[in-house]
Amino acid sequence: MSAPLLSVENLSVAFPGEAGPVRVVDRLTLSIATGETLALVGESGSGKSMTALAIMRLVPKPGRIEPEARVGFEGRELLSLSVPDMRAVRGAGIGMIFQEPMTSLNPVTTVGDQVLEAIELHTGLSRGEARSRVIELFGLVGIPDAKRRFGAYPHQLSGGLKQRVMIAMAMAMRPRLLIADEPTTALDATIRAQILELLRDLSAKTGTAVLLITHDFGVVNEVADRVAVMYAGQVVEEGTRAELLGRPRHPYTQGLLRSIPKAEARGHRLEEIKGAVPRPGHWPSGCRFHPRCSHAFQPCPSVAPKRTAVSASQAACCHLLDRSVRP
Amino acid sequence: MTILSADALLEIRGLRALFPIRSGVLRRVSGHVHAVDGVDLTIFPGETLALVGESGCGKTTVGRSILRLIEPTGGNIWFRGVDLTSLPVDAFHAYRRQIQIVMQDPGSALDPRFSVRDAIAEGLEAFAIGADYEERSKRVAELMGSVSLDPEAMWRFPHEFSGGQRQRICIARALAVDPTLLICDEATSALDVSIQAQILNLLADLQAARKLTYLFITHDLGVVRYFATRVAVMYLGRIVETGPTERIFAAPRHPYTKALLASIPSLDPGRRSTRPAALGDVPSPERPPPGCHYHPRCSVRLESCSREDPPLVDFTDGICRCVLAGAEREAKANAA
Repeated sequence: MSAPLLSVENLSVAFPGEAGPVRVVDRLTLSIATGETLALVGESGSGKSMTALAIMRLVPKPGRIEPEARVGFEGRELLSLSVPDMRAVRGAGIGMIFQEPMTSLNPVTTVGDQVLEAIELHTGLSRGEARSRVIELFGLVGIPDAKRRFGAYPHQLSGGLKQRVMIAMAMAMRPRLLIADEPTTALDATIRAQILELLRDLSAKTGTAVLLITHDFGVVNEVADRVAVMYAGQVVEEGTRAELLGRPRHPYTQGLLRSIPKAEARGHRLEEIKGAVPRPGHWPSGCRFHPRCSHAFQPCPSVAPKRTAVSASQAACCHLLDRSVRP
Repeated sequence: MTILSADALLEIRGLRALFPIRSGVLRRVSGHVHAVDGVDLTIFPGETLALVGESGCGKTTVGRSILRLIEPTGGNIWFRGVDLTSLPVDAFHAYRRQIQIVMQDPGSALDPRFSVRDAIAEGLEAFAIGADYEERSKRVAELMGSVSLDPEAMWRFPHEFSGGQRQRICIARALAVDPTLLICDEATSALDVSIQAQILNLLADLQAARKLTYLFITHDLGVVRYFATRVAVMYLGRIVETGPTERIFAAPRHPYTKALLASIPSLDPGRRSTRPAALGDVPSPERPPPGCHYHPRCSVRLESCSREDPPLVDFTDGICRCVLAGAEREAKANAA
C-alpha cells in the first residue's frame, strides 16, 4: 500500500485551564489516502473541528498542539514547516470550507474578486487569466450564470450559492485535500442534497481527497468512503462506510445510529444514550464512554480500551472486542 | 370562506404577515416581505402537527402569530372558537396560558441571571398560580422532576447546564402554566442526536401524560416522519400540502413535497439517495415568483404555472396546492 496523502499521529490539542492544560483532542491518529473521502463524525465538543484546525495549523490561541504530534502531508511534516511554507500548503495543498458561508466571505468585496485574490496569492497568473480561471471554477461548482455572479456581493447570493463560492475558493489551487467542516449544516434540505452531490462529483472528477467533518450520519452515507467516529477527543471507531453504518461495533456508534429518528420507530420510544457528552477537562477515567454505556463492565471505569481490529479496515476501542479482557 | 371544524383546537384562516422593507435615508417603506401569505391551518386536540419547510418559508412566523409575538396583518386565528386576533391585549393574556412555546436555542431562551427556579416560576407568577413563594417552589420541583431534572438543582443558573438540560428547563417552564397547545419551534434542531432522542422521548411522554397538542415547527423531515401525526408543508409563505404523516411520506402529491422527501439522506449503506430533485435555489420571499411560487424549481411544471396561482385541491386526506393535483383528482373521479 502506498503512503497515505495525510497521516495524523498522536495529535493532542490543549488549552490552558484553571488546573493546568485541558486537552480537547487527545492522541488522535488518522490517515487519508489520495482521492479518498474520510468522514470524521462526532457530537459537539468531541474535538472534530479542532482536529481539522490543527491539521491546518490554525488552532486558535491560546490553544496549542502538543509536541509529540505528527502531521504528514505528501511526505512533508506540516508541524515543522516554516510559517511561509505552511501558508503555501494552505490553499495550494489543502483547501478548507466552513459551516457558515456568510461569515467566511468578506461582505464588502465581490465574490469573484475574493476567489481571484486567492488565485493571485498562490500563482503568477495575470489578472485576465486569473479571471477566466475564476469563471471556470464557478462553472465547476455549478454556479449558474457565472460571468454575472463574478461581480455579486455575498449578501446578494443565497446560502447555497455562497457555499458554492466557498468551495470554488477552496478548489481554486487544485488542492489534493479538501477539509470541509460541516459544509451543509447551515443549508436547507434541498440545497444540502445539491451541495453533497457537488462534493461527491468534485472529488471524483479532480481526485481530491476530502476530510468531511459532520455530526450527521445521513451526510456520511452520501459522500464518505471511510468513517472515523470521535468521542471525547479520541477516535473510538473507524471503518468503511458500509462497515460503520451496517455493522457498527462500538456501543457509542451503535447508540448514535439507533437514536436517529427513523420511520420504523414510529410509535415506539427512540433508543437514547443516557447522560450528556462530557466536556473537555471532565472526561471520565478508563473508557470515556463508560458512564453512558449500557454494556459497561468491570474494566471499563479504570482501564482505557485498546484499539481492536475487527476486520482489515474496521477497528474500535472497546473492551467488549478485546478478547484478553472479555467478561 | 372555509367552514370551521367543530372539533378543532386551533383554526387559522387566511393568515397574512407582511414585514415592511425600509430603504433610503428616510427609511421609507419600499416594499413588503410576504412572510406568510394566506395560510389556512387546523390543529386538532391531542395531535402533533408538523409544520415543515425550508428557511424563510414563514413557518416560524406562523408559530409566533399564534402567540401574537408578531401581530399578523390579516386573517383570523380561532382557539376553541374564540378569535384570538380580535381580542384586546389584556383579554388575550388569559389565552396565553393555554398556548406556550419552546424555542430552538435553549441558551438564549433563558435569562442568564435567573436561577432555574425563577425561570420556571415566572409563568406561575404571571398567572398567579400557587398561593405563595413556597408553594410555587414546590411546583417548580415537581415540574423539574417531570422533565427528568434533579429538583435539587433549582438554585443553579442556566450556564451550569448542558444544552439538553437547558432544553428540559425550557420545556418545564412552558409546562408550568399547564398549557393545552405547545408550539415547538425547531425545539430539537440545535441538539446532538443522542440528546435529541432524549428530548423527543420526553415530549412523547409529556404528551401522553398531559394530553398535550403539539405544533411542531421543523425543517428536519427525519424527526417529522418519526414524531408527527399530520404534516403541513410550507413554501414561500403558503401551505402547499397537508396530510397524515404516513400518506405524505408514502405518496406525496406536491412536487415540492416530493423534492423535500427525496433530499432526506438515507442511512442504509447499500443505498445512497437519488439525484437532487429540486432545481436551483429557494427564491427570496421578498420577490416570490409569480403564479405558483415553486414553478422555477419544479421539474414537472406546466407553461401556465408561471402565470396562474395554483388551485387549492381538496382531497379527503388533506389539501394540495398544485394544478397537477387537480388533474389527478379529476382523473380519479372519472375512473370511478
